[in-house]
Amino acid sequence: MQIEWVYGLFGGLIIGIAGSILLLFNGRIMGASGIIGGLVDGSGRTRARENIALILGLILAPAVFVWGAGMTGETHLINNWAVIIGGGLLVGVGTRLANGCTSGHGVCGISRLSIRGIVATVFYIAAGAATVVALRYVGGMI
Amino acid sequence: MRSIIAFITGGLFGSGLLISGMTDTTKVRGWLDIFGDWDPTLAFVMGGAIIPMAIAWILTRERKPVLADSFPDTSDTRLSKELIIGSILFGMGWGLSGLCPGPAMASLSFGGMTGLGFFAAMLVGMLLAPRARAALLRGQAS
Repeated sequence: MQIEWVYGLFGGLIIGIAGSILLLFNGRIMGASGIIGGLVDGSGRTRARENIALILGLILAPAVFVWGAGMTGETHLINNWAVIIGGGLLVGVGTRLANGCTSGHGVCGISRLSIRGIVATVFYIAAGAATVVALRYVGGMI
Repeated sequence: MRSIIAFITGGLFGSGLLISGMTDTTKVRGWLDIFGDWDPTLAFVMGGAIIPMAIAWILTRERKPVLADSFPDTSDTRLSKELIIGSILFGMGWGLSGLCPGPAMASLSFGGMTGLGFFAAMLVGMLLAPRARAALLRGQAS
């Protein structure tokens, strides 16, 4: 337990440094949903090359740690296809409607005290907590 | 050059997500499970990421990005219907699955078929977002 929050803090610092580099060099916000969403719907066409480069790094670095350095990579994703597909659809629609997710609104928004970022984060955490509580105690699914 | 920076950013982002444990859905669900065996790791990740990011935002005040003409436009402060409803939908999907867009991509190399399935559903959700937005705006007008 104790060691886990140390890893959490250390990993978080690396995420923050990543976001700082993108902001100070490329003048952009490191928002995962905006970067992949802009590629999917074509709205980020002018930035397509750097969006693809970022996503490649995002996939390759953990791959090297897990497959090259033997770090444990377990998602423990629930083995229920209805939940997986439903969850994916909701995350996709929701983050694009709200124009941001945990990285864009959460990390990049809260750090500049953006009212939109703070409000979005309050709502997605509240909705997430309500969903988990409902699933566990009402549905008994997870 | 911008693509190289983006690649490095993505690599650090992915490494941070893996090290912090955010690619493990049990940690995310544990954070959202406020009445259960609550796991505070996510708060440390968020806090750790916000510190360098807040410094970066302060640094943006008196300069320009190294490789761009301007920093992102942050003048939009509207708490729109899309922001609130999108965040609620995203939170529901996040609670169901334990994945948000960043970790969904960072875990693609080791997340197996279910991880790929979630990612594919998320992309479909992103493609449906413009329709959902149009429906929301119609509702607002009437």
